[in-house]
Amino acid sequence: MSFTDQYIVHEHDVLVIGAGGAGLRAAIEASAAGVKVGVICKSLLGKAHTVMAEGGMAAAMGNVDDRDNWEVHFADTMRGGQYLNNPIMVEHHAKEAPARVLELESWGAVFDRTKEGKILQRNFGGHRYPRLAHVGDRTGLELIRTLQDHGIHQGMEVFMEMTVVSLLTTGGRISGVLGYDRERGRMHVWKAKAVILATGGIGKSFRITSNSWEGTGDGHALAYEAGAELMDMEFVQFHPTGMVWPPSVRGILVTEGVRGEGGVLRNSEGKRFMFDDIPDAYRNQVAKDEEEGWKYVCGDKNANRPPELLTRDHVARCINREIKAGRGSPHGGVYLDIGWIKEKMPNASAHIQRKLPSMYHQFKQLAGVDITAEAMEVGPTTHYVMGGVAVDGHTQMSCVPGLFAAGEVTAGLHGANRLGGNSLSDLIVFGKLAGEHAAKFVKEHGAVEVDQAQVEAHTRAIMAPFDRPHGENPYGIQQDLQNTMQDLVGIVRVQGEMELALAKIEEYKARLKNVGVIGHREYNPGWHTAIDLPCMLTVSESITRSALDRKESRGAQFRDDYPEKSAECSTFNLVAKKAPDGSMQVTRRPLLQMRDDLKAVIEKMK
Amino acid sequence: MSTETAILTEAITTSKPPADHARKVSFRIWRGDKEAGAFVEYTVNVTEGMVLLDCVHRIQAEQASDLACRWNCKAGKCGSCSAEINGKPSLMCMTRMDTLPPDKVVTVEPMRSFPLIRDLVTDVSWNFRVKKTIKPFKPRKPDNADGSWTMFQQDIDRVQEFRKCIECFLCQDVCHVIRDHHKEDEFIGPRFLMYTAALEMHPLDTEDRVGDLKNRDGIGYCNITKCCTKVCPEHIGITDNAIIPMKERVVDEFYDPITRLFRIFKGKK
Repeated sequence: MSFTDQYIVHEHDVLVIGAGGAGLRAAIEASAAGVKVGVICKSLLGKAHTVMAEGGMAAAMGNVDDRDNWEVHFADTMRGGQYLNNPIMVEHHAKEAPARVLELESWGAVFDRTKEGKILQRNFGGHRYPRLAHVGDRTGLELIRTLQDHGIHQGMEVFMEMTVVSLLTTGGRISGVLGYDRERGRMHVWKAKAVILATGGIGKSFRITSNSWEGTGDGHALAYEAGAELMDMEFVQFHPTGMVWPPSVRGILVTEGVRGEGGVLRNSEGKRFMFDDIPDAYRNQVAKDEEEGWKYVCGDKNANRPPELLTRDHVARCINREIKAGRGSPHGGVYLDIGWIKEKMPNASAHIQRKLPSMYHQFKQLAGVDITAEAMEVGPTTHYVMGGVAVDGHTQMSCVPGLFAAGEVTAGLHGANRLGGNSLSDLIVFGKLAGEHAAKFVKEHGAVEVDQAQVEAHTRAIMAPFDRPHGENPYGIQQDLQNTMQDLVGIVRVQGEMELALAKIEEYKARLKNVGVIGHREYNPGWHTAIDLPCMLTVSESITRSALDRKESRGAQFRDDYPEKSAECSTFNLVAKKAPDGSMQVTRRPLLQMRDDLKAVIEKMK
Repeated sequence: MSTETAILTEAITTSKPPADHARKVSFRIWRGDKEAGAFVEYTVNVTEGMVLLDCVHRIQAEQASDLACRWNCKAGKCGSCSAEINGKPSLMCMTRMDTLPPDKVVTVEPMRSFPLIRDLVTDVSWNFRVKKTIKPFKPRKPDNADGSWTMFQQDIDRVQEFRKCIECFLCQDVCHVIRDHHKEDEFIGPRFLMYTAALEMHPLDTEDRVGDLKNRDGIGYCNITKCCTKVCPEHIGITDNAIIPMKERVVDEFYDPITRLFRIFKGKK
């Protein structure tokens, strides 16, 4: 059978993998540059995980507090990331975000408004001023729908429910990608001069996560296999507030917006425990008592934030500590109470339902809890990975020529811990940048031929599970891996447990060789899981190896055996790369030097 | 919650099993493709708090790894897991098992209005094609020097209601114009009538889509049975707040005698 009989072949200048906020924004930008663009969605268009984002997108527009500007946003993001961030990216993000938000409005987005008719902004953890443009608690839906509805008229070709299994390289440069469609299980080859990865996160490697089935780290693994570097993988964000009950919804996100609107955390003794532990870097930014915290929520410019609005890494650890100390709620969480604000305002119930409609709906329908009257039970959930493909901060290109990345799959903007709201602005700021530079790249470089032998080898590998109908069920390995990562490389880490995790990952790799699936290639979830597993294993290994090598506690990484920050570890990022012998090598790379003017901004904002 | 579900919920509250008590529930799930198919029975242990999608996942993991089912967020936000549960178009992720009649077999079928791909998965691509035919958003010039616009909350409340839509297409599935009469070529369905309404009521928009609604999009086919509103998981007032006002605009523009007279004088078509 000839190559074209076996494969459906497409040809594009720029091919975007992923159709969440970053992928769609990149595709819009590349289309605007006049090149031929294709977008591959793992699900249907408009269903990507961006829809789950709730609280808002951070942009220093100063609509609510005019003291806000890019310098404050820059300093907040660097402080939140514990100074491991790429300062070039943080600067670009802080300067560009307001324009990107306004652009969404020009494409039809409808943000909540201030009394003066401007875009309303809300408080969020680690942001000094109210900075998050939002639509109730469904900002992600607004973002993706706006980009989708605008994007479909820009000439891009959209491929829905297709999964990429390999990036193709020729002479070290990107030449295309190989994938399959879910509907029929046919194999596709997309020839492309440049590829933009916008594949999102990795949460599915953990048992308790806010991520959907799609978050299997495909882009991370594809890039790694193609020779790119994965940086900062040890930094996995455990969002402090996921649902804990009932069991079937464990992990589903409860927006930080609840705390932004005045929600407080209490333990089983009714105590607001967040006041007990304030990190030094934030000491002069936190309210001295409950009254001042409430004033801040109400917009009093002289008040400091309540401690519930400290960064996510810190809040998650405090919650974890309360639960471990036996002061948790009946189902192993703590209490998040927004209903208490009725003591402070009339019509609190209507106010909560207007500001947090999906939270109200989600708890009412799934847990039988009325959040306007009862406290929610919440606990940490695997939410986001700060680490990802290492890229040039000016162009978003990786070390593989022609391979770009944007959004969660990328490292650099968030350092050791991401601030809430910086992810949605990340998508639109760096999606645009990646689209722009990918289009520029294809105009400057010709096409390269796809290597057919490479395509055939990858195809054989993904078809192999069908030859073993009595092989191991892929769901079993997936579950074991999720338990390993959750229990041994989770929110509190120690060397011995992580070494055990590495040994188990090796064991799963061996078991994967004997994985089998039943049925045929049409819409077969068992087969899809078998194909996702190698990606999840690569991601898990890079997280574990990096976490082992960083012998300190910083940002999202907490090591019980090294509970303090170390001066030595403040000088490097960790980079995982595939060695010529196929093993994973983790090396230390000195931090990017910060320009003096940016150093001065940080000093000024201290 | 729709009235039907509310009544159902209330009716079974008394017979709810005690907490943490697993009970066996039987399912009839449609298995098959375009050519052939049949209901297959599965039995699953159901514990407190489980939703129907959990049961489908359990069947996938333990009994039928090739059972096709579309889903993403599992929190009622993405609109992927639409199906017909005991005959009612619903999201599988938001259907709690304790809201279904206990001790009865639960029937799960794919949405009937769309072509079947496999098992519970249907081909909803028609919806994406329809959306592309609707004239896109076209804003007026910015009000302010920084490129921004001034809009007030009370002017956008209605549009925000429509923009809550998660595109689960349950409204399209239940609409008899599509389901029974297959007017897909002449009628865009409640989802896109509402989408058009959201654009038409957007304070910044300058485009005119009223002619399309009448001549191309088949708004006249809607006879206000409100089935779409009843199945909407976002509780959007699709019929009352979107479709009826659009019907009124069509009437004002094309059937009002005085406006017609003006049109003749002004030479508008």
